[in-house]
Amino acid sequence: MANKQISQMGLPKSIANVFAARNVFTAKDALSLTEFELMELLDVGLAQVTSAVAHISEIVCPPYQTALSLMELRVQNEHLAGHLPTHMKGLDEALCGGIPFGVLTELVGPAGIGKTQFCLKLSLLASLPANYGGLDGHVIYIDVESKFSSRRLIEIGVKSFPEIFHRKEMAQEMAGRIHVLRPASLSEFTESLQQIKVSLLQNQVKLLVIDSMAALVTGEFEHGAPRQKTLGWHVSFIKSLAEFSRIPVVVTNQVRSQSRDETCHYFFQVQSWNETIEDRTRHDSHLVAALGINWAHAVTIRLVLEAKSGQRFIKVAKSPIAPPLAFPFNITSSGILLLSDDGIELTGPDINTIHCQGHNDIINFGGESLQ
Amino acid sequence: MEVGRLPISASQRSKLIAAGYTTLSSFSSLSPSHLARDLKISDNEAAEIMRVASHSHRLDGSAGGCGTVNGAQTAWDMLHEEEMFPRITTSCEDLDNILGGGINCKEVTEIGGVPGIGKTQLGIQLAINVQIPVDYGGLGGKAIYIDTEGSFMVERALQIAEACIEDMSECGGLLRKDSQACQLKMHPNNILENIFYFRVCSYTEQIALINYLDKFISEHKDVKIVIVDSVTFHFRQDFDDMALRTRLLSGMALKLMKLAKDFSLAVVLLNQVTTKYIDGSFQLTLALGDSWSHSCTNRVILYWNGNERYAYIDKSPSLRSASAPYSVTSKGIRNSASNCKRIKMM
Repeated sequence: MANKQISQMGLPKSIANVFAARNVFTAKDALSLTEFELMELLDVGLAQVTSAVAHISEIVCPPYQTALSLMELRVQNEHLAGHLPTHMKGLDEALCGGIPFGVLTELVGPAGIGKTQFCLKLSLLASLPANYGGLDGHVIYIDVESKFSSRRLIEIGVKSFPEIFHRKEMAQEMAGRIHVLRPASLSEFTESLQQIKVSLLQNQVKLLVIDSMAALVTGEFEHGAPRQKTLGWHVSFIKSLAEFSRIPVVVTNQVRSQSRDETCHYFFQVQSWNETIEDRTRHDSHLVAALGINWAHAVTIRLVLEAKSGQRFIKVAKSPIAPPLAFPFNITSSGILLLSDDGIELTGPDINTIHCQGHNDIINFGGESLQ
Repeated sequence: MEVGRLPISASQRSKLIAAGYTTLSSFSSLSPSHLARDLKISDNEAAEIMRVASHSHRLDGSAGGCGTVNGAQTAWDMLHEEEMFPRITTSCEDLDNILGGGINCKEVTEIGGVPGIGKTQLGIQLAINVQIPVDYGGLGGKAIYIDTEGSFMVERALQIAEACIEDMSECGGLLRKDSQACQLKMHPNNILENIFYFRVCSYTEQIALINYLDKFISEHKDVKIVIVDSVTFHFRQDFDDMALRTRLLSGMALKLMKLAKDFSLAVVLLNQVTTKYIDGSFQLTLALGDSWSHSCTNRVILYWNGNERYAYIDKSPSLRSASAPYSVTSKGIRNSASNCKRIKMM
């Protein structure tokens, strides 16, 4: 929309020619200048500039919808009013049906906690036919760290949906719907994104998984501002992809330790400074999500996976509709299993903290901890 | 009045000055054809210049000898006007108290906070509360919700709308409003119908939309609140030219203020946070920089205080700095449930 040509907007010929003569070709160029700047540049009076800008604005402006028509559209056209059920009852209820379409859902947690397992399960669920609760579509899985295991995918499928997966052709068809991409660098990833945009509409893609976002930039820069700026374009692009195609997009993120300099206070909260020093020494193993605060604002749903006293939890840390609930879970041969469907409600900013206590004991796939 | 201040094109201005006309009075008494001959332009063009000049002259009011300035309003009239417009409640009594009753119409209010603190929740709550009928103390207006991030969830709006109607029926029952005219016939779908939703995908669209709002609101005169969620998003990604960003943002702020004043509606801008290095440590502050922080009339910061959410009035021409607790429940924004509820004055 921003790159719409002024020559195609139906402005009166005289003013359209003046715009072109002064190298103002797209709406973006025209609207980036103030009205007085345009007056100077185009050498026309204020009245003409005002009406030209109003005309351009009206054309570039997005159309409106009432919230009611938005809802009716989704209820009519989309699976479960726009949700992908995760088959984890407690989580699905909290999220009003499942992972929502059209927005970014982030999975963040320490290494080995189960993020990739979650993604594998979701990919499977999206490829299943509708009568089994799936989206009956293709999945694009961007595997940055080479963690995608097709063997594990089939194992999850066989254990969760034996009636489908015991027939070899069905298993082949389901697995054939999952397309795995392995970009080796950020620039390759950028290219793949452009291609994905094209194939999204053609190939019935119903889910996009990016595992993991943080790994794409970790290798490229040390820390700080450059990383956030690089991702800025990608974040907007992925969000707009999600919205136009109305598909769920799941992104995984890593954690990093909280540095000393970091604080979460405003200038008017300075009086509680003494308390925070004590807090910091107490929580030395304090982890935070990588990619910064800009990213945290950009995602719509944030699911935190953590380990506390040897038990894994999945927490709904940020969601426009769900209360801050934490569900204990285990990783089983059929994916992720919630131990309780009634989440524990957490108050305060604790929902955002990521613990990693007693975690190493439970990464033991061959042992007795797998129930 | 100087010729340099007239809103005419640069070449016309330079022709006037070259011909020796530096002030308005020097050519206002001429006939258009005389001016046309002097400047070597067509009669129509000269007539146009004189029309623009006399219009500006009238606005200037310098020829008048009555002592009051054209276009100004006395403070007394403004006070009366303010009392006419009720404020938009936030459904949280403590928050309403520190805001002086609620969000004010005719002003731009900026609300910022960390992710997950409840900015979108507050935005949706206000979009619904503006529709509370006049009989129940509201404005009975419609809302425009400009979504730049895709965070508006219709299911949540429906939830909050249902809770609002429930609360109103309870209230109506208590006050015994059982006359036919006051019977509450609202259905959540009616409320959703009155929220105009725009989804903006780039900063160009954002600017275009704000330019277009003037026309839109003249066609939909009952819109009483415009919410932008969030005003920051597109200005934070990929902006190399900071000076351009500042110009665009201040242009946008001015247009929004004009909208608020002309149509007597409330404008609520939701903002994100960033960290800033002040006095040897990093502190949280609202995004978009220092120049933007001057643009809005009122500024409210939402933050975590221990386990509770608080709102702090950072900047306001008439309210004192205070903070109040609030909570986000399944019904929307409500009073905080803690026992020691008190408003902390700074």
